[in-house]
Amino acid sequence: MLLASKTTRLIALLVLTGLLSLGFACSPGNTGSGGSSSTINLQGAGATFPNPLYQKWLSEYGKLHPNVRIDYQSIGSGGGIKQIKEQTVDFGASDAPMKDEDLKSASAEIIHVPTVLGAVVITYNLAGVNKPLRFAPDVVADIFLGKIKQWNDARIKADNPDASLPATEITVVHRSDGSGTSAVFTDYLSKVSSEWKDQVGAGTSPKWPVGLGGKGNEGVTGQVKATPNTIGYVELAYATQNKLPVALLKNKAGDFIEPSFDAVSAAAAESLAATPDDLRVSITDAAGKGTYPISSYTYVLLYKEQRDAAKGKALVDFLWWGIHDGERFAKELNYAPLPPEIVTRAEAKINSIVSGGKPLR
Amino acid sequence: MSRNVELTGQTGTPGVWPRLRHALSPTGNAGDAIFRGLLFTAAFFVLLIVLAMILALAAEAKLSLRQFGFGFITATDWNPVKGQFGALPFIYGTVVSSLIAILISVPLSLGIAIFLVEQAPTYLARPLGFLVELLAAIPSVVYGLWGIFVLAPFLRVYLGPPLERSLGWLPLFRGPVTGIGLLTGGMILAIMVTPIISAIVRDVLTAVPSSQREAALALGATKWETTRVVLVNGAPGIAGAVILGLGRALGETMAVTMVIGNRPQISLSLFEPSYTIASVIANEFTEATEDIYLSALVELGLILFLVTFVVNAIARVLVWNVTRKTGGVGRAA
Repeated sequence: MLLASKTTRLIALLVLTGLLSLGFACSPGNTGSGGSSSTINLQGAGATFPNPLYQKWLSEYGKLHPNVRIDYQSIGSGGGIKQIKEQTVDFGASDAPMKDEDLKSASAEIIHVPTVLGAVVITYNLAGVNKPLRFAPDVVADIFLGKIKQWNDARIKADNPDASLPATEITVVHRSDGSGTSAVFTDYLSKVSSEWKDQVGAGTSPKWPVGLGGKGNEGVTGQVKATPNTIGYVELAYATQNKLPVALLKNKAGDFIEPSFDAVSAAAAESLAATPDDLRVSITDAAGKGTYPISSYTYVLLYKEQRDAAKGKALVDFLWWGIHDGERFAKELNYAPLPPEIVTRAEAKINSIVSGGKPLR
Repeated sequence: MSRNVELTGQTGTPGVWPRLRHALSPTGNAGDAIFRGLLFTAAFFVLLIVLAMILALAAEAKLSLRQFGFGFITATDWNPVKGQFGALPFIYGTVVSSLIAILISVPLSLGIAIFLVEQAPTYLARPLGFLVELLAAIPSVVYGLWGIFVLAPFLRVYLGPPLERSLGWLPLFRGPVTGIGLLTGGMILAIMVTPIISAIVRDVLTAVPSSQREAALALGATKWETTRVVLVNGAPGIAGAVILGLGRALGETMAVTMVIGNRPQISLSLFEPSYTIASVIANEFTEATEDIYLSALVELGLILFLVTFVVNAIARVLVWNVTRKTGGVGRAA
């Protein structure tokens, strides 16, 4: 009996401590928001593509404003949109602008602020070809549709008369993971080929008519590098860092353009007239001279009406700093900076953000 | 004796604790009762986790379950842009790649384990065993990179073309050989599963009492015949090892994704690209924005659960049949 009562007491004690600790964990007083009142914590999540730039921004901005702590988690554009809609983060980030139905189903108005530009380049592995290949838009579409099957196809030859193109089968490599890169690329193909638009369409994970899937930019690059006679597409930043062979693309004006940060910024600047007030726009296949045709914005997403004035103010200030001072980090991290015209438009969007009816800037 | 006295002293209205204690331990020993209770909790915990997972997956997949119903499993089209979702190509890719892995890795693992236990001198067995275990510790992304840069080109240049020339009349080996595809995925899996199976089989064989070997040898059996006796003794344990390896192969994600080609299609040719359930979830989850898309991916997770369950069940039945036929021989592991 003594033994039993001892154990009983022990168990009772254990249960009691368990309950107590549970009680403490759940008690409303201990929300963990902690810290001194002067520190402001901001949470962001979303696109992986601009992550290196955003991390640089966070660390640089943190040096200037030690009282503002911002976290950014690169969980993917889909996650960014989901989290901002569920209001679990202070700002989201996405490569593609949100769709109309996504915006409608959000609880309040969401604003898109473009931060930087990216581009998609065509890379290939073809022995004996030293000069960059040149492609017309319809040729790119038909290669990825599987209609142009051989490297020595007359339509490829037409734009590359000097290249010694082999009589071998083309192996297409595409992204297997859902990706903004695929979305931009298929958006471009949908614009330049009605057949692509009908048969495949644009999206982060389209149903590719032909080819192999590689995971991530590194997966596509790996398969292109390791397999002869392949063609694939990767982000401009990735291709630049890894010194991949990239193709010149024929733009709307009829010029073959080499992918470069200036040509990407030009695509944004030349699309200014077609850019709506909410800045949700596709700038692929842009008009104008010197524009690279597969370019795109990446966006930060935030609510127009900020519930917490202090947090809203910090966020607005951070974004303002980003599109002005932050842009100088873009090129060194292989992004194309926003052209001045777009910075002005983005300023207007940031200025429209309010809290309790009062503008935050 | 004292315990009996204690219990009879309370027979009038036994409290909850003594009754519980008695239920948990026939002797009524408190320590045993607690011990048993703890063990029961641990075992029950596994059941709880499995149940919680199935429930959570089913809840998240509700939208897709409702919209596609049973047709989800038999549909072959996966086109997120158009909102069409079918799981069959992924189920096919998952099962076939794992099957290839098991077909390659089981003979290999048995060979390794038998050599290490029955044949190798100690100075060789130790380092070799260590190396095998080291293989198990390599991260799968490293296997994947190796797959892209070494295995895939090797397949494309050396293994694929002769296979296509000699066995190309079979639909299994119809080209073109790009080096990326179902066979490469299966081979990568085989290499990843081999250390697991061989390490367990080695331990199983070590556990077979040496009296069995001595008896066989004493009867004039050769090394090969002795090994057979040992293998029959260890059969249930070996089967367990294979099932564990199969589980790993079915769920492996990263390395397979990097070499299988990620194309949702059903093609008999092993050279063609394919896709596994785990790979498509890992690939598309982060950028799945529409609710139905996300729900379809979660339902794929549920199906992977089911596939693993069914494949394991089939394996168990097979094993049970084999061990029943060899009946009479002691179960070593």
